[in-house]
Amino acid sequence: MANQIRLVEAVRQALDEEMARDESVVVYGEDVGVNGGVFRATQDLIEEYPEQVYDTPLAEAAILGLGVGLSAAGFRPVPEIQFASFAYQGFHQLVQHASRMRSRTRGTLGVPMTVRTPYGGGIRALELHSESYEAGFAHVPGLKTVVPANPADAKGLLTAAIRDPDPVMFLEPTSRYRASRESVPEGEHVVPLGEAEVVREGEEVTVVAWGAMVAEALDAVESGDADAEVIDLRTVSPMDSEAILDSVRKTGRCVVVHEAPRTGGLAAEIVARINDDALYYLEAPVERVTGYDVPFPLFAREEAYRPDADRIRRGIERALSA
Amino acid sequence: MVREQVAEFSVEYVQALDEEGNLDEAQAPEVDDEDLLELYRLMRLSRRTDERAVALQRRGESGTYAPGIGQEAAQVGSAFALGDDEWMVPSFRESAAYLTRGAPVHRLLWYAMGMEEGAEVADRNTPPSIPVGSQALHAAGLGWGQAIRGEDAATLTYFGDGATSQGDVYEAMNVAGVLDAHTVFCCQNNQWAISVPRERQSRSETLAQKAVAAGIDGIQVDGNDVLGVLGVARDALESAREGNPVMVEALTYRQSMHTTSDDPRVYRTEEEEGDWDARDPIVRFERYLREEGVLDDDRMAEIADDIEALLSDEIDRAREGREQVEPAEMFDYVFAETPPELRRQRETFEREEGEKGETAPASAEGGLRGEREAGGAEIPESVEQSAGEAAEERGDEADDEEVGDRG
Repeated sequence: MANQIRLVEAVRQALDEEMARDESVVVYGEDVGVNGGVFRATQDLIEEYPEQVYDTPLAEAAILGLGVGLSAAGFRPVPEIQFASFAYQGFHQLVQHASRMRSRTRGTLGVPMTVRTPYGGGIRALELHSESYEAGFAHVPGLKTVVPANPADAKGLLTAAIRDPDPVMFLEPTSRYRASRESVPEGEHVVPLGEAEVVREGEEVTVVAWGAMVAEALDAVESGDADAEVIDLRTVSPMDSEAILDSVRKTGRCVVVHEAPRTGGLAAEIVARINDDALYYLEAPVERVTGYDVPFPLFAREEAYRPDADRIRRGIERALSA
Repeated sequence: MVREQVAEFSVEYVQALDEEGNLDEAQAPEVDDEDLLELYRLMRLSRRTDERAVALQRRGESGTYAPGIGQEAAQVGSAFALGDDEWMVPSFRESAAYLTRGAPVHRLLWYAMGMEEGAEVADRNTPPSIPVGSQALHAAGLGWGQAIRGEDAATLTYFGDGATSQGDVYEAMNVAGVLDAHTVFCCQNNQWAISVPRERQSRSETLAQKAVAAGIDGIQVDGNDVLGVLGVARDALESAREGNPVMVEALTYRQSMHTTSDDPRVYRTEEEEGDWDARDPIVRFERYLREEGVLDDDRMAEIADDIEALLSDEIDRAREGREQVEPAEMFDYVFAETPPELRRQRETFEREEGEKGETAPASAEGGLRGEREAGGAEIPESVEQSAGEAAEERGDEADDEEVGDRG
């Protein structure tokens, strides 16, 4: 059985089912209770689970730091940071504590916290509501970073993240929250972390994307002539290198797409991994189609900043013409 | 026009044992002779542990260490009030509190020796927290968890006067108040945050009043009075167990250095240090115990001998553990299940470790050869050659460095 639901509803479904399944799952954050979250991802959950859903004061360091303590107390915290750009206010709790607790205590204390947060551009939001900082999170050892691109994966990956014994940044692309209704399995649906998915098979070029850029990449491929293979990375850290390498060994060409700034972005890491293990299969340099090295602009210039199907198609053409 | 007072507050100060060792019965907690002696033993053990740890650092056997000399009453008195089923969330100067909670000395030394083994979590004590004040939020989370489950238990966290300037400490007290967390915030105001004195940390008249803004109780206690601290901590924990968090400001003094890397003579006077030496928490308690007949010369000597014997054994154990550090274990606890890339890095590390001292490591060449075999692509001769040469040069260098260093 499957329902046709949107990504934001799939998130809510995962939270609902995991709280029902496990009393130690606690959902909390700013406006997640009575208000149901600013994107309605937690709508009505507080009524169903009054002992597991809490509104907290407006304090991101507190929200993330509380998760470390709740973890020690035996809970599975699922805090929400209202927008990813406000995770910086609590970034130290992630870097200095949550991500390294298992390592520094030699496995005697873990932090099974899943930090849900809306991220990325495309919804004409206020300043500092559109950034893509996944490379920053991916650079933190001990932290997993997951980005769903569609409703079914949102449910399956979030379920896996909540059950994961380690801390996970779960970045929900705001532009996809209500973009489409898609088929999502009812009941238990788990998509393992660390596994990419080939969402379109092709022979001539590999396109790697995640989050909102997967839909753009698919648009680019559908509207172009190339027989492209599209990989949805899904978990950006730890990265499923093999899925990328297998595809690149087949196609010999690769385009990596991300919304985040170019320099130090995850495309650079992907290029490096291809260099390490598939260099001699390449027929052309790996192309990057990314955001620019500028602060994410206010929304009047947002479309100029974000990679779209057009830019991705040109990237594919460059990769094929080299 | 309306102008009226809408809130007022006051902060109490508690002292049970004065500086001469006289007890104010009204403020004294209930303790039997056995507990009195145990409090005394823990304070002495803590001081000697700090002294030995500093000496180990001076001899190069250990790394940076933050001694709590002068703060024994503040820590032992408060940690003593915690039950075994309750949590302690320390900062990084809490040897006395750890020892009170039953942590063995060798584990404290392991942490100072740079070993994660010393930060393993046992007996409901979280590991030392280096970023100042950040741990207060973990205590709020633990205390919130105890509240959600309706447990008759609380969590006690330590931080210093400097930490009260950190946002995390305020956030922790504020959320603890809102969430009815079972948390006691114990601020050891030891007067100095490295070189910055208490009065340059905040214009606040007391630090305890910082609790007032968060809507929780704040109280001051003479932090060099172990009985006063014990009594205040017991009351605070009792309140916290009912969902009313409390902040306790224990007025004490860091008699020694900030850490073994610090020289207090740069920023404070000997006169000031002398004033506080006269208020030493152990001396004061000793006077009281002798006056009460709980302690005499023989008993003191016996306790001192036992502590020296214990420390001797524990230091031996710490040294033995230090010899057994396995470097590759740094990869093993990053995640519950080690992901493929990290497994690969571990393998590379082990291979390179194994190759140290060899003249022509196979790793650099192996990468290219492996790729060629797997991929069947042509490798230009020049690439292979230059990589091989580079590897050989690195190998020579490594050989020189490692002579006699690896068995």
